[in-house]
Amino acid sequence: MLRYVTKRFLSLCVALVVASAVIFTLVEVVPGDPASFMLGINAQEDTLAALREELGLNGSLLSRYLDWVGGMVRGDFGTSYTYRTDVAGMIADRMQVSLPLALYALALSTLIAFPAGIWAAARRGRVGDVAVMGATQLGLAVPNFWFAMLMVLVFAIKLRWFPAGGFAGWEKGLWPGLKSLTLPAIALALPQAAILTRVMRSALIDALGEDYIRTARAKGLTRGQALRRHALRNALIPVLTIIGMQFSFLLAGAIIIENVFFLPGLGRLVFQSISARDLIVVESVVMLLVFAVIVVNFAVDLAYALVDPRLRTRE
Amino acid sequence: MSLLRIENLHMAIHGFPVLKGVSLAVGVGEVLGVIGESGSGKSMTAFSVMQLLPEGAVCTGRILLDGRDVLDEDEAALCRMRGRDVGMVFQEPMTALNPLKNIGAQVAETVQIHARVGKAEAWARAREALARAELPEERFPMSRFPHELSGGQRQRVVIAMAIALRPKLLIADEPTTALDVTTQAQILALLARLAREDGMGLLLITHDLAVVAGMADRIAIMKNGEVVEEGPVSLLQAGLQHPYSQALLAASTHQPERDGGEDGDVILKAEGVIRDYSGKRHLWGRAAPFRAVDQVSFTIRRGESLGLVGESGCGKSTLTRALLGLEPIQGGAITFRGQPVHPAMGNEMRAGMQVVFQDPYGSFNPRWRVEKLVSEPFHLMPEQPQNARDRVAEALEAVGLTSADMEKYIHEFSGGQRQRIAIARALITRPDLIVLDEAVSALDVSVRAQVLDLLADLSDRLGLTYLFISHDLNVVRAITDRVMVMQRGRIVEEGPTDQVFTHPSHDYTRQLLTAAPKLPEGAAA
Repeated sequence: MLRYVTKRFLSLCVALVVASAVIFTLVEVVPGDPASFMLGINAQEDTLAALREELGLNGSLLSRYLDWVGGMVRGDFGTSYTYRTDVAGMIADRMQVSLPLALYALALSTLIAFPAGIWAAARRGRVGDVAVMGATQLGLAVPNFWFAMLMVLVFAIKLRWFPAGGFAGWEKGLWPGLKSLTLPAIALALPQAAILTRVMRSALIDALGEDYIRTARAKGLTRGQALRRHALRNALIPVLTIIGMQFSFLLAGAIIIENVFFLPGLGRLVFQSISARDLIVVESVVMLLVFAVIVVNFAVDLAYALVDPRLRTRE
Repeated sequence: MSLLRIENLHMAIHGFPVLKGVSLAVGVGEVLGVIGESGSGKSMTAFSVMQLLPEGAVCTGRILLDGRDVLDEDEAALCRMRGRDVGMVFQEPMTALNPLKNIGAQVAETVQIHARVGKAEAWARAREALARAELPEERFPMSRFPHELSGGQRQRVVIAMAIALRPKLLIADEPTTALDVTTQAQILALLARLAREDGMGLLLITHDLAVVAGMADRIAIMKNGEVVEEGPVSLLQAGLQHPYSQALLAASTHQPERDGGEDGDVILKAEGVIRDYSGKRHLWGRAAPFRAVDQVSFTIRRGESLGLVGESGCGKSTLTRALLGLEPIQGGAITFRGQPVHPAMGNEMRAGMQVVFQDPYGSFNPRWRVEKLVSEPFHLMPEQPQNARDRVAEALEAVGLTSADMEKYIHEFSGGQRQRIAIARALITRPDLIVLDEAVSALDVSVRAQVLDLLADLSDRLGLTYLFISHDLNVVRAITDRVMVMQRGRIVEEGPTDQVFTHPSHDYTRQLLTAAPKLPEGAAA
């Protein structure tokens, strides 16, 4: 087990180094000089030079890369070119929205997908299964922003249960914050739940066809017992993989939903920074997301080992 | 009164009849051997007793277990019956256990779902059952996972699960087919002992007459969903009545007629061959390498048929890959027709040696027509022959198929026909040496007898040289002139086949021969 964890951890570190180098290089080759962008086209040459010096744009490639990485390790992400504020602070503000939103949506998606997938697999080919599969088709096909607007019409404007947009913040307590995230979380969760339901169902159906299920039935287990005790855990590996991928996606991929609900999340920050050529913000957010993806994958790898004893002893 | 009495059982799956009026009986403490080839319905009879049939299966007739008709019971009653009154052991021990649960939990589960006992009591009973299945806790802790056990040990776990509650009837469906010959002997002995100790009825299903000959009280022979003959095991000597039973017995002891190899020149030569697999990588460095083939030397002469026997893991497949020049060797030398064999050797060398594998289906591309499948080795030749189609037709006819079969796809053929096509593919380049790697192991006995006849006929007519690799001693005895016995990467004995089989000199050879199930003397039909 220790070997497995160490190996996974080392590969995590390597992935981080490679990813940071790639991101840094990509941002470097993008045309455009942040200093001239900030000062406008009429800027004096000496003011430009001074600003470049101030922004640390004059050093060699390697030294600037090391400065950037070193800064991030200390929690210093630099200063935004356009907002002239601390990038770390900006990201932290946005994370207060994006992280809870992603977790909320993921929890909803899992809570929907597990029962639905299990239910469908247990009724393979029968009416219940067909109904669930039909619903997942719908969940995949309907664009979530359209569904979001529909929910705003019904639950915010007509019923007035939830706010139509904006984020109440966490200062006034948990409930107002959660309330403003509920509709966006549902909109985000539905397509994910549809995917996860299908993965859960097919993984379970595969597991139910295995010989050990026949053995379990020969012991006297009912169909349901065999599914719960033997098939379910065996079906978890592909499901965990998808959950890990969905979390990373939800963290940054919520930009459309953030726009529909006027949420100050990471997705909008990236979008605004790209339009404004605020490369240092783009760079930092992308690095942060890569970090999140890699850490989530590490966590998923650990979960694999908890589920499957073969991974604990092998290698 | 019989413990299990099957009366006129008909079973159809989605309207397709599988069992057609099967009647069988197993008494208390009695061992009934059910023998049949694939598709005979022997396994389906077993699954009918358990009522664990594929979807769409409908049974009519009666299956009386202790006087109660299984077909009248509801699902809840069947769940109570399974595992408590009837235990079952399956063919594939490698996949029969849940890989994520330790063996103690899996055996204890049988106890827990039937008896209202606490966890400690269930585990105590599991410990006892495992010990009875010869997996004592001192050597095999119950915290072991299936992947930490060998095939034979896993089969013991399945047996422990099946006998934990001392059922009245144990059904064993090809319990040793996937196991090595020595492991097979141990598992059969274990089943016989458990049946005797508990007075348990045993329904032993197998394709191998020799397996039941040693331990059954009575035998039933099935064909196409019917029992064609049933009676005491002594029928094997006294004489089976039904023509199909006689044919089956003849096929299992079939000895193809061969001219015997004349001594030609040496065609393949191995000298001190060593094949190491590099050790697993640690974080820093590697473990010591594993020597799969250790100092193996032998020669094959033109026209000869050489056998290579050994249990799984002995290195025979590794040696085969090295001989075919598919993998590099770490020591010694292999020469074929005087030229060195190695992974980078030329195509004309590969055209000279062809191979036939065990799985007749898995070794063909299902989307190619037979013509393309059989003619594929032509790419090994310097130029495509002009009369390629004629050559394919000729090869197909040589293996007993017709030239019209060229246009078909592989799924249109039976297992035996597929293996004929594999042989045709091997013949197409007119090779000097054909390596037969478990080439008849997956075939039913009657089909196997035909393929063996075909191989014997081809070697006589075309002067072919065979390297025949198998774990099945009877087959090797039937088709080879000389045999080598391999154990842990070494050839421990080598000599003329008859001599090795009648006067084995090495302990391991003797062990293998003793373990191999045998038909009683005078059992020839």
